[in-house]
Amino acid sequence: MKLGELSPCEFVNVESEFAAMSVAIGASAAGARAYTATASQGLLFMVEAVYNAAGLGLPIVMTVANRAIGAPINIWNDHSDAMSQRDSGWIQLYAETNQEALDLHIQAFRLAEELSTPVMVCMDGFILTHAYEEVEMPAQADVDAFLPAFEPRQVLDPDEPVTIGAMVGPEAFTEVKILQHYKQMLALDRIPEIAADFQRAFGRDSGGLVRPYRTEDAETIVVALGSVLGTIEEAVDELREEGVRIGALALTSFRPFPLDAVRAALEHATNVVVLEKALAVGIGGIVTSNVRLALSGLPIHGSTVIAGLGGRPITQRSLRDLFLRAHAGELESLSFLDADWGLVERELQRMSQMQRSGPHAENILRDVGAVAHKAV
Amino acid sequence: MFEVRIHGRGGQGVVTAAEMLSLAAFDEGRHAQAFPSFGSERNGAPVVSFCRIDDRPIRSREPVAEPDALLIQDPTLLHQVDVFAGLKPDGYLLVNTARSFAELGLGDFVAGRPAQRLLTVPASDLAREHTGRPVANAALLAGFAALSGLLSLASVELAIREKLPARVAEGNVLAARDAHAWVVDEMRELADAPTG
Repeated sequence: MKLGELSPCEFVNVESEFAAMSVAIGASAAGARAYTATASQGLLFMVEAVYNAAGLGLPIVMTVANRAIGAPINIWNDHSDAMSQRDSGWIQLYAETNQEALDLHIQAFRLAEELSTPVMVCMDGFILTHAYEEVEMPAQADVDAFLPAFEPRQVLDPDEPVTIGAMVGPEAFTEVKILQHYKQMLALDRIPEIAADFQRAFGRDSGGLVRPYRTEDAETIVVALGSVLGTIEEAVDELREEGVRIGALALTSFRPFPLDAVRAALEHATNVVVLEKALAVGIGGIVTSNVRLALSGLPIHGSTVIAGLGGRPITQRSLRDLFLRAHAGELESLSFLDADWGLVERELQRMSQMQRSGPHAENILRDVGAVAHKAV
Repeated sequence: MFEVRIHGRGGQGVVTAAEMLSLAAFDEGRHAQAFPSFGSERNGAPVVSFCRIDDRPIRSREPVAEPDALLIQDPTLLHQVDVFAGLKPDGYLLVNTARSFAELGLGDFVAGRPAQRLLTVPASDLAREHTGRPVANAALLAGFAALSGLLSLASVELAIREKLPARVAEGNVLAARDAHAWVVDEMRELADAPTG
């Protein structure tokens, strides 16, 4: 920037995520293509501005490198951060690989700017963000051809002064919200169309609403988001070789939620397992609630599996056991993959024995002992 | 699929080692994936990194639990962390040390395994000789290329030059060549040694 290679350009030192999103809002409102990235507590810190970006209809693109939310303090991967913002008004797309993450960002700008609505590209923290793997980088000229210059629907211009962000009372608040929802419903059509355009331009099948994997004749289908689909597909292939009719469904778009596409992909299944990397304390699955809505009235046995919280590895071996139980119709409605119930029960016992039993995290870490310090 | 696990300590370039290994595999036209164990980014703390190499795209994202090869960058971990967990019976083992398996107290461990797949190499000494610093990752990788035959020395050199800053890359390439030659010599001696 100092060399003048990025021009016109100005450096703004933001003091927090809240300021980062606020600057992105200002830049977008001034007619610039705006982008930022965050994760975990950082996303929570910017939440007020996240809702504002959506409510104002500013086409900002943001990467969320999915991570857990404390307490207990945890820096590892799960989907708690992005899921907390599922109703913020942002479109949410989830990447399965680093290649798809790259491709989704290009598609996200096109989608955001066409609809004048912000888009979050969610990619698993550490698992994708810290991995080395092959990624095909498109040429700048090809991206420019795919993504036309930004023509803002609204712009702050001193020569033609307008305000953006009026106070709206009961007389019109509902209608402004309806327009937000309407644009996300338009996105249900535009997301697959843009993915098809992208495939024509770059030759890669990336994005779209949902991606079925070996679901055609599947009796059991596993629904998930993000990078865990890779390990799930390996487990599906292994079981398919043994004659188990099982498949998987990737939800690439979680907002808007593609009710029709999900129903079409799952309606012939007997068992549907939703594997979620976030826990809605007090009810269980978040994705599940959405999937169940898509399956209203269908006689399908559904179950929720909470997996990978706070970075717990999701292994093919555990998935295989889980899928076999699901296929046999033996899965409870809510379960936790590879949970250590002994640890939970020891703490419950302490709580029943004394009032001042102390903090859960410290007590459980003491029980876990040296294991907590092991690197593997 | 060939899966590698690398053990060392924070600051020793263990994560870089897995990344260089993946780059070397790319260079040979293969699919590769490298990633660290997360959360232990402190100098001196035990660190693990992983690399998968395959002829088809790699989809699995789980940590490597049953490696085909183990590279131990810091031998002080041998009796502190269960570095051997899950190593396949015919897996490769390369330890960065100037000492022998017997001197490391690993005589019993190596006894039941194929001798031509288990070696030690003084990678830190070779790195110090050529770079002035005992950062063994590049030399250890070259030793592994020789031990396993999985990669050529040329690909390892390419990966070193691609990944490391220019000021340290050349010294590391020299250390890598020495480590490669060392392992080739050791393997020739093993092959020539009378069996039984």
